[in-house]
Amino acid sequence: MYALNTIIHRLRRGCETMDYPKGEAPPLPDRHGGALRLDAAKCPDGCRECLPVCPTEAIAQTGERGTTLDLGRCLFCAECVKACPHGAIVQTGDHRMAVRRREDLLLGSPGNEEVRLAEALDGKLRKLFGRSLRLRQVSAGGDGADEADLNVLGTIGWDIGRFGIQFVASPRHADGLVVTGPVTRNMELALRKTWEAMPEPKIVIAVGAAAISGAPFIGSPEVKGGVGSILPVDLFIPGWPPHPLTILDGLLRLLSRLEEKAPTGPTHGPG
Amino acid sequence: MNPPLEFALMSNGTSMAWADVPEWPIPELVLRTGAQLERGARLCAWFGVPEGGAVRVVALIAFDADNTLAVARSEPARGGYPSLTATHPQAHMFEREVWEQHGLEPRGHPWLKPVRRSAGMAPENGDFFRVDGREVHEVAVGPVHAGIIEPGHFRFQCAGEEVLHLEIALGYQHRGIEDAMVGGPRRATMSQVEVISGDATIGHATAYSSALEALAGADVPLRAQWLRAIALELERLANHTGDLGALANDVAFLPTASACGKVRGDFLNLTALICGNRFGRGLVRPGGCRHDLQPDRLSRLGERLGQALSEVEAAAGWLWDASSVRARFEDTGTIFAKQALDLGMVGPAARACGIVRDVRFDHPSGWYRLAQAPVAVWPGGDVFARTRVRSLELQRSGQFLREQLGAPVEGEIRQDVGPLRPDTLAVSMVEGWRGEICHVALTGADGGFRRYKIVDPSFHNWIGLALALRGEAISDFPICNKSMSLSYCGFDL
Repeated sequence: MYALNTIIHRLRRGCETMDYPKGEAPPLPDRHGGALRLDAAKCPDGCRECLPVCPTEAIAQTGERGTTLDLGRCLFCAECVKACPHGAIVQTGDHRMAVRRREDLLLGSPGNEEVRLAEALDGKLRKLFGRSLRLRQVSAGGDGADEADLNVLGTIGWDIGRFGIQFVASPRHADGLVVTGPVTRNMELALRKTWEAMPEPKIVIAVGAAAISGAPFIGSPEVKGGVGSILPVDLFIPGWPPHPLTILDGLLRLLSRLEEKAPTGPTHGPG
Repeated sequence: MNPPLEFALMSNGTSMAWADVPEWPIPELVLRTGAQLERGARLCAWFGVPEGGAVRVVALIAFDADNTLAVARSEPARGGYPSLTATHPQAHMFEREVWEQHGLEPRGHPWLKPVRRSAGMAPENGDFFRVDGREVHEVAVGPVHAGIIEPGHFRFQCAGEEVLHLEIALGYQHRGIEDAMVGGPRRATMSQVEVISGDATIGHATAYSSALEALAGADVPLRAQWLRAIALELERLANHTGDLGALANDVAFLPTASACGKVRGDFLNLTALICGNRFGRGLVRPGGCRHDLQPDRLSRLGERLGQALSEVEAAAGWLWDASSVRARFEDTGTIFAKQALDLGMVGPAARACGIVRDVRFDHPSGWYRLAQAPVAVWPGGDVFARTRVRSLELQRSGQFLREQLGAPVEGEIRQDVGPLRPDTLAVSMVEGWRGEICHVALTGADGGFRRYKIVDPSFHNWIGLALALRGEAISDFPICNKSMSLSYCGFDL
């Protein structure tokens, strides 16, 4: 009887895996706000309202570049959005923000108001990994939440197995290395060894603000300042931690598994 | 003037002038602390404060039954002192830490070795305990583990399948948080606190905020306290649900594993409904909260909570009904109550040894002074008991949330916190989902942090996992580990 009950419960629940990416992406929490957009052309000369409110000094002003916002350092607290009196920084509500190059996270200048979304891997790698990507994850000072939301991708709601993506136990079986955390000094050796143990060709994916830039520990002598400081990174996924949808979007984008649609997310205030 | 004879009494979320903390020569501090531990007190924190070229040791102890904390400090000391661990094992990791951070040697400490100190590109683990013998073999696991989890090193001494001894070496996640606090608070400090252990963001952020409020003498609006309690219980629900699923997965009971994996996300999304972030980042701030729970949002939260609670209740039901699960959980990884008491264990792991120990009950602060959930206790100390306590806490936190959501208190959610009082010590404790989170802040003459001590519950409990494995089959390590569910980064700081 017992076994039967369990099976009936299961059947009643039906398929719980989301339609995305065939259907619409599930909405981000409304107070999440999504990616940021900075139009530095709207910044009047001498305005520095947003600079002191950023916990990670992600916003900078230089003579030549004007105001810039580094989404790789951003913790998405949206204090800058609140502080800006000129509407130069806004939340887009868009979950998509993974990029291929570090500089693509630098927002502000004309044409670069938003992130330059990741392009797919080139021919050979896409052929190799496009339908089967095995990933080895290493937490190098990760705070437990980045790891949790990577684990979420394996649950029934997200089921990344359906894209041929799988997290594996051994670096020998892995095509890609997913790194979380700012890369602590004490994890440098283990991270390097894991990388070296992986067969070529291989890719590196940095998940979360810490892995991208070291934030909010930039300057601590105990951390290296992100995985890019010791390994070549192929995909940067911003967030604190990134929403699972942002991670999935980044992975699918890399593998060219997304049919591009216009963003549907509404623009939200800082809420 | 004669030195005071007793510890100075405090309660959770209060401060006192540094000069008023009684001080004794360090051997006397050791003796007096030991005497209080004999009387049933518990060591919450033991840490150094540099002064000149020397170091003062501060002892914070709790009298749980009296709902009282007590604090004392040593005179500036150098070199060494007779170890407290030699008579009271619950000091073991604290004394290693003081030795590592300040060079003060606890003489007679049975296992004095580094805690997290770097040897360049890896922690300086030191020598591991070894069991010799022809049939004995050693198993080394980590720092990188098979799943998506944080790094740590486990060194097993085994005779066949049986684990004779397990030594756990951590430090891989060390980010230097305590050092970064000195001279603060700085711009990044609040964010760093939120990721001391990133799955216990609300717990640590609340402990930090309360410490600052105590230092500034600031009151927190009642509505903010209410909101913090709601967020803390949601954090507990999400993590306990995740662990219930992980435990089910480790004994290959997939119905509960699948359901809990999803429901955990539902709970995280409830936190995101309040503040936009699934882990509660950006919600708790000194002086209150950054986001409010307006009536429409409150009613949506209530509805979705009810749904998630009934789903996790059903999933837990399948688990408890399965004899195959019970057979794997029962009498596995037993920690005896005496061991848990001697080692000063906290949280669900201690409550699963039948010990009534819960900050919300013993040292209530904030909203918990006004509303409480019954403490979930289960005897036995095995994986079954630890899972059972989690399962009970899911019910009780769920009920607590239903009650609190039904009775919102009106008012502001944030108030300005003034400047921090100089030369003042503040203590703040929160019952996070893993157990007692303890923060001790000390300001200097300029009102900035002179020292900030963080004790994550995992700091007390990792040794419990080592003991749970004694005499067990090494193949039971995963469920023993999951049943404790400790934080690496919370320990490594």
